[in-house]
Amino acid sequence: MTNAITTTARPAIERRQLNLQQQRVRAAFWFLAPMLVMLFLVAAWPLFRSIYFSFTNVTLNNLYAGEWIGFDNYLSWRTLSSGRTIWRGTLVDPAWWNAVWNTVRFSLVSVTIETILGLLVALVLNAEFKGRGLVRAAILIPWAIPTIVSAKMWSWMLNDQFGIINDMLLNLGLIDHKIAWTASVETAMVAVLIVDIWKTTPFMALLCLAGLQMIPRDIYEAAKVDGVHPLRVFFNVTLPLVRPALMVAVIFRMLDALRIFDLIYVLTPNSKATKTMSIISRENLIEFDKFAYGSAQSTLLFAIIAVFVAAYMWLGKLDLSGEGR
Amino acid sequence: MKAHLTNHAIRSAVFAALATVSFGAMAAAAELHYVLGTVGNDVENFRKLVKPWEATTGNTVKLVPMPASTSDQFGQYRLWLAAGNKDIDLYQTDVIWAPQLAEQLVDLSEAAIDLVPQHLPAVIQSQTVNGKLVALPLFTDAPALYYRKDLLDKHGVAVPKTWEELTQTARKIQDAERADGKKDFWGFVWQGNAYEGLTCNALEWVKSFGGGQIVEPDGTISVNNEKAAAALDLAKSWIGTISPEGVLAYQEEEARGVWQTGNAVFMRNWPYAYSLGNSADSAVEGRFDVAPLPSGSENGSSAATLGGWNVGVSKYSEHREEAISLALFLAGPEVQKQRAILASSLPTIISLYDDPDIAAAQPIIPRWKEVLLNAVPRPSASAKVKYNELSSKFWSAVHETLSGNGSAAENLEVLELDLEDLKGGDW
Amino acid sequence: MTIMDTIKSAGFYLAVAVIVLVAVFPFYYAILTSFETGTALFEVNYVPSSLDWSNYATILNNGTFPRNVLNSLFVAATTVAFALFLAVTASYALARVRFRGRGLLLMTILAVSMFPQIAVLAGLFELIRFLNIYNTPWAMILSYTIFTLPFTVWVLTTFMRDLPLEIEEAAIVDGATPWVIITKVFLPLLWPALVTTGLLAFIGAWNEFLFALTFTSSETTRTVPVAIALLSGATQHETPWGTIMAASVLVTVPLIALVLIFQRKIVAGLTAGGVKG
Repeated sequence: MTNAITTTARPAIERRQLNLQQQRVRAAFWFLAPMLVMLFLVAAWPLFRSIYFSFTNVTLNNLYAGEWIGFDNYLSWRTLSSGRTIWRGTLVDPAWWNAVWNTVRFSLVSVTIETILGLLVALVLNAEFKGRGLVRAAILIPWAIPTIVSAKMWSWMLNDQFGIINDMLLNLGLIDHKIAWTASVETAMVAVLIVDIWKTTPFMALLCLAGLQMIPRDIYEAAKVDGVHPLRVFFNVTLPLVRPALMVAVIFRMLDALRIFDLIYVLTPNSKATKTMSIISRENLIEFDKFAYGSAQSTLLFAIIAVFVAAYMWLGKLDLSGEGR
Repeated sequence: MKAHLTNHAIRSAVFAALATVSFGAMAAAAELHYVLGTVGNDVENFRKLVKPWEATTGNTVKLVPMPASTSDQFGQYRLWLAAGNKDIDLYQTDVIWAPQLAEQLVDLSEAAIDLVPQHLPAVIQSQTVNGKLVALPLFTDAPALYYRKDLLDKHGVAVPKTWEELTQTARKIQDAERADGKKDFWGFVWQGNAYEGLTCNALEWVKSFGGGQIVEPDGTISVNNEKAAAALDLAKSWIGTISPEGVLAYQEEEARGVWQTGNAVFMRNWPYAYSLGNSADSAVEGRFDVAPLPSGSENGSSAATLGGWNVGVSKYSEHREEAISLALFLAGPEVQKQRAILASSLPTIISLYDDPDIAAAQPIIPRWKEVLLNAVPRPSASAKVKYNELSSKFWSAVHETLSGNGSAAENLEVLELDLEDLKGGDW
Repeated sequence: MTIMDTIKSAGFYLAVAVIVLVAVFPFYYAILTSFETGTALFEVNYVPSSLDWSNYATILNNGTFPRNVLNSLFVAATTVAFALFLAVTASYALARVRFRGRGLLLMTILAVSMFPQIAVLAGLFELIRFLNIYNTPWAMILSYTIFTLPFTVWVLTTFMRDLPLEIEEAAIVDGATPWVIITKVFLPLLWPALVTTGLLAFIGAWNEFLFALTFTSSETTRTVPVAIALLSGATQHETPWGTIMAASVLVTVPLIALVLIFQRKIVAGLTAGGVKG
């Protein structure tokens, strides 16, 4: 704990601070303990099981009789008598890499758009105007509708023959024939993105708004008095102050986007263009008789997310420990 | 629940001593848990159907309703069974699940020895895995060709007997209707989304063209052949001509949506669409009829994929005897007849199709006998636990073909290779 | 100058109108659909053709639906109370106390929500059977902490870290214990963050489907999303759009009410009197 002490302080104060610091660390331990116990209880066993299964050959018919097979679910090879080497496992499965690509593409596009829109909406809502309470409640509606319902609702609205979206676009003259949104490979991903952005922008907006609300008002007033251009205020004052909140919001959006499941499961469950990592691992875990293989994919998904989050934090210079201040 | 806490050894010793004496007495108060997908009035109907059994045996049956989505049900049942869930005694299962749940369901072949011969052999066969009867059939399901009587009369054409005829007829009527100003009119709607339903649709085309049933009962992979390719090529030609491009995302309800608003001549669908099509607010009320699906050639036979539901007894049930007795009761002729009358479910007991009470209450049921006699099971019994993967590979190959990614012949060739890999040494 | 202002405010209200329209239109369409039955469902309408309450009657008379709403309320509220209580204390420790390994701890907490739900399902099911809480609300409350807790801890840690040092120092000089500091100094300042995270966690728990379906087996313990999924048409392939939409409208209304109630707290924010930045 030496780094916690200000070296310039005088000895007496130093001792007092040390005592205080010890006391605070002890209190911190007791504050953290319940949460850690809780998380350990809920998460440790299931996560450990999943990772363990990925190194065995268990099937869903018998979860307790698996044999340890090492990395075979990830990668294995056999040399045939002809001298040809055959590779097997998730890491050489084209379906898996297709899913990885779909997921990454989806996550990057959706999170970027959602962040920008979320921030814009938050800025609008942070302004003073009549009826802003109602507007604030209204923008929360997309997030408040259960995903299984909103996904079904949109699949209805995006239907090619009796969907209202095609009808609107036709009436506005934006398209000349009805588009089969969820059916064709080109538009399936667009359809998923539209629904996801519609649904989760409120989440971003609300977190951004909370960040904006934490900024003391006097800063703006001071800027106004000094006659600083609003755009400069935004980039020099608002954005830096709201950044920590924004960074965390983006992390959680990214976690969710990389694991996206229910929306696609309802909207375009089997389209190659939208099959994501979660979808494909569910397929192997439950539908197909490859529980261990699916566990390996879940573990890889975990690893990929971890890499993404770490890279994001590094790039965003996110200060985890808070020691930088 | 207290019993679980006692020492296991003592418990089994005591149980062994008492088993023969007290089993009947213990059975008297059993409460069974029966899990089923909630479809329409199924839950209420089930309560009605099970009453006589509860009255005679003194047991009670508690229902655990599940979402209607079959893949949700399947996922839950697999998880519950994997975890050895003792809270559920009986599972209502889809016809294709038998091999995948086989290990965890009780063999009913001994208990049902008298009942089996009365049922459709194809259905019993689908529920038999390695000689073990996994589940007993409750009712069945088979699709038919829905057609607009009024439009066929108006344009003076007959109900098509072959797919080729259907293509021409649909085209003719579609062109004529569109010329009359119905811009959104289509010839034929069906289920082309990449899902289990496409496997059903495509199996019907392939089988009726004489192209086999993907995997034959002896386990050989037969799907890569010219007739199958010809069938898929014909289906491909429908996209964008007589069927909307969106059909590639259609499931049952989307197809019915187009058809019931009067926007299509033909539809391939299950019996459920019959009564809905005849409801008062339907645009096609009283203007349509059903026929067996077309066949591949002039003297070929038609094929309809077999659906339907069955009941299996969990291996982990603590009331096995009672559960088996309930399963036998539910699959018996009395209940099947009641179910047919109450819910217009198709019985699996063949003699019921000539039953006058059913004919009077649900005139549509006897009409389906012809369809059922041409029913073809999906290859779940031969592909066993790998069926879902097989089906997904099949519908993907078909969907690719229909979307124009590769020709039917190319895609079937690759599919054959994939299936060989999947099969490995044996299914 | 005034013309510019008019244009500005017109542009502003236009932005507000677009936001509201996009957010609300699908919900409006859901309300529209909830008044339709039969073949009308398959036709495109922009305004209601008739007010048919039969879908709502079906839902409310189905017996267990009101019960499911109560279950959802209980589960979501308990989950949020639980998560916020654990998270406020934990994030105080993580944000304001210096000790080694804070960064690692935060990463570990985050790692909990990196596994796909479906992969932890089997393990969670075993745990719930082991704790003997299968088919009770506690099964859901326990399993929901897996996604609410990391989220609340992280967001609150960020917000708490950004509060200026001075406010705490004054309390420390006065000899206040950490508990007093949390409840008396930080809580009042954290309201916007607490309400926001609480609301988001509440909605997350309210909408969760997979765990709720797996860990319950009777209609009386189930929550709203499962109840909606249990709505079905008269036959296997039929989807009862009208009733599903009516149910969705019914379950969205309490959430909107909740937002309106907490409006003031969200709006309040940090007033100039609280902190001098």
